[in-house]
Amino acid sequence: MVQLIFEAVITGILTGGVYALMASGLTLIFGVMEIINIGHGALVILGAYLSFILQEKFHIDLFLGLLITMPLMFLLGLFIEWAFIRPLKRDRTMLSILVTFAIALIIEGTLGLQNTFGTDYVKLHAWYVDSSNASFQIGGFYLAYIYVFAFLLSAVLLAGLYFLLYRTEFGYSLRASMQNRTAAQLIGIDVERISALTFAIGVALAAAGGMAFGATTSFNPDSHYDLISRLLVIIILGGMGSLRGALIASVVMLVIEDVTAVVWSPVWATTVFFFLLIVILLVRPQGLFGQLEGRKQ
Amino acid sequence: MSLLEVQNVSKAFGGIHALEACSITVEQGTITGLIGPNGSGKTTLFNVVTGYERVDTGEVRFNGRTITNSSPDKVFRLGLGRTFQLTRIFPRLTVLENMHVAAQRQGVRSLLRRWSSSHEHRRALELLEFVGIARLKDMPAANLSYGQKKLLEFAFVLIADPQVILLDEPAGGINPTMIQHLAGRIKELNRRGVTFLVVEHNMEFVMNLCDRVMVMHRGTKIAEGAPEEVRKNPAVLEAYLGD
Amino acid sequence: MKILKIVFLLALLAAVIIFPQVYTDETATTIAVFTLLFAAAVTGWNIFSGYTGYIALGHAVYYGVGAYAMALMAQDWHVPGGYVTFLLVPLAGLVAAIFAVPFGWIALRTRRHTFIVITIATFFIMQLMAYNLRNITNGSAGLSLPLTPPDWSGAFFNLPFYYVALAVLLLALATSWWIRNSKFGLGLLAIRDDEDRALGLGVKTGPFKLIAFVISAFFVGMVGGLHAYFNGSIYPPFAFDAFFDVSIALMGFLGGMGTLAGPIIGASLLEPTQQYFTLYLSDGGLYLIAYGVLFLAVILLLPQGIVPTVRQLWLKWRASRKQDEAEPALVAVGVGSGESRSLPENQERKEGVNS
Repeated sequence: MVQLIFEAVITGILTGGVYALMASGLTLIFGVMEIINIGHGALVILGAYLSFILQEKFHIDLFLGLLITMPLMFLLGLFIEWAFIRPLKRDRTMLSILVTFAIALIIEGTLGLQNTFGTDYVKLHAWYVDSSNASFQIGGFYLAYIYVFAFLLSAVLLAGLYFLLYRTEFGYSLRASMQNRTAAQLIGIDVERISALTFAIGVALAAAGGMAFGATTSFNPDSHYDLISRLLVIIILGGMGSLRGALIASVVMLVIEDVTAVVWSPVWATTVFFFLLIVILLVRPQGLFGQLEGRKQ
Repeated sequence: MSLLEVQNVSKAFGGIHALEACSITVEQGTITGLIGPNGSGKTTLFNVVTGYERVDTGEVRFNGRTITNSSPDKVFRLGLGRTFQLTRIFPRLTVLENMHVAAQRQGVRSLLRRWSSSHEHRRALELLEFVGIARLKDMPAANLSYGQKKLLEFAFVLIADPQVILLDEPAGGINPTMIQHLAGRIKELNRRGVTFLVVEHNMEFVMNLCDRVMVMHRGTKIAEGAPEEVRKNPAVLEAYLGD
Repeated sequence: MKILKIVFLLALLAAVIIFPQVYTDETATTIAVFTLLFAAAVTGWNIFSGYTGYIALGHAVYYGVGAYAMALMAQDWHVPGGYVTFLLVPLAGLVAAIFAVPFGWIALRTRRHTFIVITIATFFIMQLMAYNLRNITNGSAGLSLPLTPPDWSGAFFNLPFYYVALAVLLLALATSWWIRNSKFGLGLLAIRDDEDRALGLGVKTGPFKLIAFVISAFFVGMVGGLHAYFNGSIYPPFAFDAFFDVSIALMGFLGGMGTLAGPIIGASLLEPTQQYFTLYLSDGGLYLIAYGVLFLAVILLLPQGIVPTVRQLWLKWRASRKQDEAEPALVAVGVGSGESRSLPENQERKEGVNS
């Protein structure tokens, strides 16, 4: 049993890394633009399908394929922000939820058309995913290659993100916009451009997350609902807008989920996920690292 | 016993000490002015008294009763009203509806009744007359001019018959005629027994209106007295000019 | 003017009542039933989200609770099919309302964005519970509702449901209207505009929000129960349907949040469209794309919703007629409504706002 729990913890950490990658885009977008991108799950799935096409049709390796999918999705993100989010002037938060949900529907619909992929479940394939030996053997148990690789990918990309945020001027402007949009504008930061770029970065991260997700889980166009609900829970838990919070919350949630699956039952593992959220929010409505939305004076 | 007592209140926001062991008292029936350079803590003091901010240390007492850290609705119900520097009214409601939000009588039955047919309706109209915007009663508050919004805010704070009203820069951003009008209304209400604590930068307004003036600087009170005295107080001059 | 309005509304009501007797086409009446159901649900949703401004996106929870409550009550109390079953509908609503108390209380401890996400999370929790609590909900197999008596066949079937749905809608409308004109409703609207200001004026914002939340859950729950009976069976994705969830928000938004007619207009426009898509776009993907595009169009083109936009145009037209009236004495003091155009305003701008 202890062995199983230990395995679950490791798997949880590794999968948590993948979720962190997906959640980071989402929380970043919220932090800078104050919008909740309900379509983030769908974008992840889109990224997964893009990797799928590249691999099936053009036999491009999943990781190498990211060099194509990420820039592509980056551009898509720029387009979506410009076309559908920037025009929203009043009630941005609520409207952006409806807009991003609409985009999610369109993506889901497009992927699910009989001429594209339909509703069958697929999974990404590669030599390090498929063969039954595709794992590291440590101690008495097996650690699938793909989990480790995916985790490394997340780690690298997130490190890159941190570098971008804390060591570049762009990152500085971005963080300023997050803290106080008006003040940032007053000191000459082009907040609109930052918003567009942030959104695009978020979507590019979703592409990477999609590949990692698709290599570890089978998916179909419908999977975005489940995914977005988990991502939302993660970012609330971590504190909306907090990157650090998203990372920690991802790992914590996934570990708890995997351990619960082993200790109790897989069925309840998912429910625990959501219950934990409620419990934490009772004690700390702002999440672990979020800011309390205080009284306006 | 003073009507309103603030004792040794400190409040810090991170590294900024907005209030440092600040103590003031306001006597019943007076119009007290509160002046001080920008950043001296006047608005924070208001926030702390009315429950919009929690104190770090110290006490606030109203009518002998401790109200430190009470929630804003409780403070209001006890008889302390306040206006805001950047006038806060309800833009999507009409002027009359704005008045009724504040009107008291919170029993369940009164909540279910049509608000426009209660006796508070008469009082709301009276108050709108008093400040001079009764003609605009059905206009969405968003469409009012800045000065009219100030008058509306003033009026609906009055509807609950507060004992004390804290005015945060009532003369800011309005024309001289309007300022006179407002000063007149304040004096009239004071005659009827309402106590005022007024934060203002407009010295003429303060000097003409207030019985007593207190000066704040860097989070605490540095002087108080009759308007003329305070004006000549060297510490006060230094606070304004020295900074 | 007012008499005209009343006459118009009565005529409308009469038309709605007569409708299914005249148009006996089954497809038409089915769409009509769904439209009424949605209109009632959106009206209920609006009582909370429209009036307080807190967008609740997990209201499908209460719909689902109502549906399951209906099924379980019918099952456990051995209620037969027929008219009697309709009596369970208000009870289903009540169960949903009771569920709303703890969930609402927790959700309302948060503000704005977190609130929206919590309501979504609640939705997913309940969906999972529906799948997992097999002893109660029968898991993914679902539950069935009493069969309607055999003489309710063919074209007649829709009629009882139509009238009950209409009754629910009228009840929801009446409640919404009453709230709108009461002190309670005024408090809710004040919360929408400036919650902390309302709090500072003595409005008990916490209890107000929760009560509105529970009332809205009651109506949405009733719709859930009724729809379950109409459908004959329920299972988790049907009862806890994300699509339904966002649809009611979209309808409320299209019609105009916080208005009385808005929800009805929104439902009347979108529900038949939705049904049309379902019927004629058989490729599942196409249906979603069409709906998504429709969503986008509505949001980007009509950001305020229909009713407020119309009202604004109306007010503008009226204002331009009134401009000719004189405004003497008060203008000098700068207090009359002419102020926005006369001298004092200019002076205000010069003085600026001291800070």
